[in-house]
Amino acid sequence: MGRERLFNLAVILALLAVPLLALALDEPFVITLATKVAILALAGVGLNIALGLGGLVSLGHAAFFGIGGYAMGILAAHAQNYEPLFSWPFLFEGSNQMPLIWLVAVLASAAAALVIGALSLRTSGVYFIMITLAFGQMLYYFAISWSAYGGEDGLSIWVRNEMPGLNTLIPIQFFGVCFALLCGALLFSARLAGSGFGLALSAARQTEERVETVGLQPFKLRLVAFVISGAITGLAGALFADLNRFVSPTMLSWHTSGEIMIFVILGGVGRLYGPVVGAAVYILLEHLLGGISEYWQIFLGLLLLGMVLFARGGLIGALLGREVAHD
Amino acid sequence: MKMLKSFAMMTAVATAVSTLALAAQAETKIGMITTLSGGGAGLGVDVRDGFMLAIEAAGRDDIEVVIEDDQRKPESAVQIADRMIQSEKVDIMTGIIWSNLAMAVVPAATAQDVFYLSPNAGPSVLAGKRCHKNYFNVAWQNDNLHEAAGAYANDAGLKNSFILAPNYPAGKDALTGYKRMYGGELAGEIYTKLGQTDYAAEIAQIRASGADSVYFFLPGGMGISFLKQYADSGVDLPIVGPAFSFDQGILQAVGAAALGIKNTSQWNKDLDNAANIAFVADFQAKYGRLPSLYASQGFDTANLILSALDKTDVSDQDAFRSALEAADFDSVRGDFKFGPNHHPVQNIYVREVIQEGDVFTNKIIATGLTNHADAYAPECKM
Amino acid sequence: MSLILILEQILNGLQFGVMLFLMAAGLTLVFGVMGLINLAHGALYMVGAFAAAAVAGLTGSFVLALIASLAAAAAAGALVEVTVIRRLYDRDHLDQVLATFALILIFSEGTRWIFGSFPLFLDVPDYLSGPVTLPGGIKYPLYRLAIIVIGLVVGAGLFWLIARTRIGIQIRAGEADREMIAALGVDISKLYTLVFALGAALAGLAGALVGAIQSVQVGMGEPVLILAFVVIVIGGIGSIKGALVGALLVGLTDTLGGIFLPRLFTLMMEPAQAASLGASLASMLIYILMAAVLLVRPSGLFGGSA
Repeated sequence: MGRERLFNLAVILALLAVPLLALALDEPFVITLATKVAILALAGVGLNIALGLGGLVSLGHAAFFGIGGYAMGILAAHAQNYEPLFSWPFLFEGSNQMPLIWLVAVLASAAAALVIGALSLRTSGVYFIMITLAFGQMLYYFAISWSAYGGEDGLSIWVRNEMPGLNTLIPIQFFGVCFALLCGALLFSARLAGSGFGLALSAARQTEERVETVGLQPFKLRLVAFVISGAITGLAGALFADLNRFVSPTMLSWHTSGEIMIFVILGGVGRLYGPVVGAAVYILLEHLLGGISEYWQIFLGLLLLGMVLFARGGLIGALLGREVAHD
Repeated sequence: MKMLKSFAMMTAVATAVSTLALAAQAETKIGMITTLSGGGAGLGVDVRDGFMLAIEAAGRDDIEVVIEDDQRKPESAVQIADRMIQSEKVDIMTGIIWSNLAMAVVPAATAQDVFYLSPNAGPSVLAGKRCHKNYFNVAWQNDNLHEAAGAYANDAGLKNSFILAPNYPAGKDALTGYKRMYGGELAGEIYTKLGQTDYAAEIAQIRASGADSVYFFLPGGMGISFLKQYADSGVDLPIVGPAFSFDQGILQAVGAAALGIKNTSQWNKDLDNAANIAFVADFQAKYGRLPSLYASQGFDTANLILSALDKTDVSDQDAFRSALEAADFDSVRGDFKFGPNHHPVQNIYVREVIQEGDVFTNKIIATGLTNHADAYAPECKM
Repeated sequence: MSLILILEQILNGLQFGVMLFLMAAGLTLVFGVMGLINLAHGALYMVGAFAAAAVAGLTGSFVLALIASLAAAAAAGALVEVTVIRRLYDRDHLDQVLATFALILIFSEGTRWIFGSFPLFLDVPDYLSGPVTLPGGIKYPLYRLAIIVIGLVVGAGLFWLIARTRIGIQIRAGEADREMIAALGVDISKLYTLVFALGAALAGLAGALVGAIQSVQVGMGEPVLILAFVVIVIGGIGSIKGALVGALLVGLTDTLGGIFLPRLFTLMMEPAQAASLGASLASMLIYILMAAVLLVRPSGLFGGSA
C-alpha cells in the first residue's frame, strides 16, 4: 500500500498546486479547468462506490448528476426571480445558499437512487447495466419536455450561488470549495471501504453465497451502497451546475453516464484515487486534443481503446502494478 | 507545468507586443464559439466559413479571430466562453448556433462587458425581458420566420392548417409564432419527440385530419426524415416551413421530395443586390459549394463588426455600440437595420424549392413580411 | 378517430418493430454467443446507411445499395471483431462497455471525416415509392410495407439458420456451453467472427432500409441503439424469439402511445397543454414498459439467466 498512498498524496497535491500556480501566473482559466477536474472526480468517487466497491455497473449515474444539477438550478432560479417554490406548509422562496442547495441535491439524488436502486437491483449483470441506462433516459426525456424549468434550453443562473464567508465568483475560492468537498468524499470513501460494511460489500461482489451464509443480505448492502453512490454523484452535479451557472438535460444524457464511467475506469476501477486521475487525464486530453484537430474524438477513442486493451487496471494500475486489484 | 509556464511566457510577450502596437492601432480580439463536430456541425461550419470570408476579404491585420468547437454541449460552450473572456480577453464574441447554448453563454458574457453578436439563435428572452445593451442579434428573433409563414398562409388563402414541431422550447416558440400571424383554423397541433426520425404516425394523423395544409418546424435530420416520408406517403397537401429545413446544406439530402415547397427566409442567394451577388460568387469560389442561410448570417455578422471597427475602436464601448446600432454596412439581405432591442427589422421572403441542373436550391417568390420587427421588443428595457 | 387510422397506426408500429428487430437480432446474438455488450452496434447501422447512400449515389441502383450496406457493415464488423472485440470476450462487462464506447467515438468522427458534416442523400427507389391501397381502403406507403416484408423474411431466415443449419447448431452450442464447443473441434474464433459479422450485416441492412426514409447522418445509430437495447432486455438477452417479441412490443407501444396519450389528455385539459404533456409521457413510455417487464421478470420475457 505504501507506494499507492504516496502516489495518491502526489496526485491530490498536484491538483491543489496547479490552480495556485495558475493564480500566481494570472491564468484564471486553468483554475476553472482544475475546478472542473475536482467536480468530475467527485462524481467519479460517487460512482466508484457502486462500481468499484459494490461491482454494480451503473450506466445511469447521469440521472443523479443531473438531479443534483437541477436541484441547484430550480432552487436558485426561484430565488433569483423571487417566485416562491411553494407556499405550503411554509413559504419557501428557493435559495442561493450553497450549503442548503447541497443538502437538497444530496437528499433528492439519494431518494432517486433509493427508488432506482430498489427496482434495478432485482436484476443483475447486463440487465442491471441496461435498466439503469433506461432510468437515466427516462429522466432525460422528462427534463427535455419539462417546460417549467426550460426544457431542452436548460436553466441559466446569472450569478453563482453564495457560500457564507466566501466570494464564490472568484475562481480560486470556488475551487477551494470543490476541492474541500472532493477531499471529504475521498476520506469518507476510504473509511467506507475499510469499514465492516465496505468489507461485506466487497465480499458480496466476489461471492454472494459467502455473505449470505454469515446472515447478511447482499441486496440491502448493495442498495445502501447505491444510495450513497448516487448521493455523492448528485452533490457533484450541484457543483457542476454552479461551475457553469447553468443546468440542462445534457447533464442527464447517457453520454454523461459514459463519461463518468470513463473517469473511473481510466484511473482504475476500485482505486480510491482512480476517479481523480481519470478525470484529470480526460480533461487534459480534451483540452489538448481539441486544440489539435476538429476530429479530436477519434484520438480520444483510440486512446481509450488502447487503455482498455493494453493497460488493464487503468492508469494507476499501469503505473503501480496491480497490487490491490481485484477481479 | 513546463507547458503552462511557457504558455504564460508567450502571453506575456504577446501582451508586450500588443502594448507596443497599441500606439499605432489596437488589436481587436473576436472569440467564435460554434458547433464544428458531431451531428449539428454543418451549421457551425457554414457560419464560420461565411464569417471568415468577410474577415479575410477585409485584409486587416489588427483583428484576431479565435475559433472553438462547442460540440453542441452547453457545458462546453460555457467553459470556452469563460476561457475566452478570462484568459484570452476577447472583446467581441459570436458564433453560437443553438438557442440553448446561447442562453447559457450570452448573459454571462454581456455581464462581463463583452459584446455578443448572434449569427443564428434568437431566443425570445434575450429579445425581451433579458435584452442587454451589449447583445446584438444579426440573424432573426426565433419567432420571425414562423410569423412570416403564418402571414404567407393567410395570403395563400389557407384556412385549416395542421401544425407540428418537436416538444422543446424552440418548437413551442415556432408554433406560437405561426399562430400569432395565421388567421385560419387549426386541423391539429402535434408536438413530436425531439430527435424523432419516424413520422409515419404523424403523417397518418395529417391524412385523417381533413387539413388543407401543413406547417412544420423540424430542424436538422428531423426535417429530412419528415419530408422524405411525407413525399412517399401520398398525402399531397401543400407544406409550408421555415428556411431551416430547406437550406442549401440540407436540401441535397432531401432531394426531389422538397421540390415546390414554400419556405420563409430573410435571405436567398438570388436576392438582387451587389453585396449578395459578390458574396455568392466569392463563397463558391473559395469553398466550392453554394452558401447557405447560415453562411450569409456569418458573413453579415463579420461585416457588421468590420463596419463598426472602421468608425471607432472597440475599447470605447459606447462609441462602438453606437456604431453597431447604426448597422452601416452592405448586408447581403439588402436593407437591414436594428430595432430598439438590437434585433433586426427586416423583410422576410417566401421562397420556393427549385432544381437548377443537379442542384436543389430556392428562389424567392414573394415577400412574406415587410420591415418586420419581433414581438418582444416592447418588453425590452435597455 | 376512425378504425382506418388505428389500423394504419398499427401497421406503422409493426414496421418500426420490424426495423428494431433487425438491429436487436445482431445485438442479442452477439451477447448470447459471445457474452459481449456491444455499444458500437449503432455505429454499424450508420456504416450500412452511409455505404448505401454512397453506392446509390454512384450507381443509382437501390439493390446494389442494399448489397453494399450488407457488405460494408459485415466487413466493418469482421474487422472490428478481429482487431478489438476478440480481446474483450473474457473481460468483464465494464471493459466491454468502455471499449465499445470508444469505438463509437472512432466510427462517428471517422465517418464525418470521410463524408463531411452534412447529411447524405438516399431515396426510396421509384418502383417502391408512393402509397398503395390496402383492403379496407387504407392508403399505406409501399416502401414501408416492403420493410415489413424484408424484415419478416430476414427474421424467418435467421430462425431457419439457427434451427436447421450446422452453423446454427454451433451457435446454439456456443450459447449453452462455450468450452464444450471448443472441445468438439469447432474453430471457435472463426465462428465468433462470423456471428459478429452477421449481426453487423443485419444492423447495416436496417440502416440502409431506414436511411431511405430518414436522414443519413453521423450519430444516427445512437437513438436506435438504445431502443435496441431496450428491446433485447425486454425480450431476454440472447433470445432471438425474445428480440422479435420485444421489438414488436416496443414498436407498437412507442407508436400507439405517441398518438393515444395526447388524445387521452385532451379529455382532461386544453389541447396545447395536453399535446405537450402527452408527448412528454409518450417519450418515456417504452422505458416505463421496460422497467415494468424487468420487475415482473428480472431476466426478460424469454431470457434464461443473465
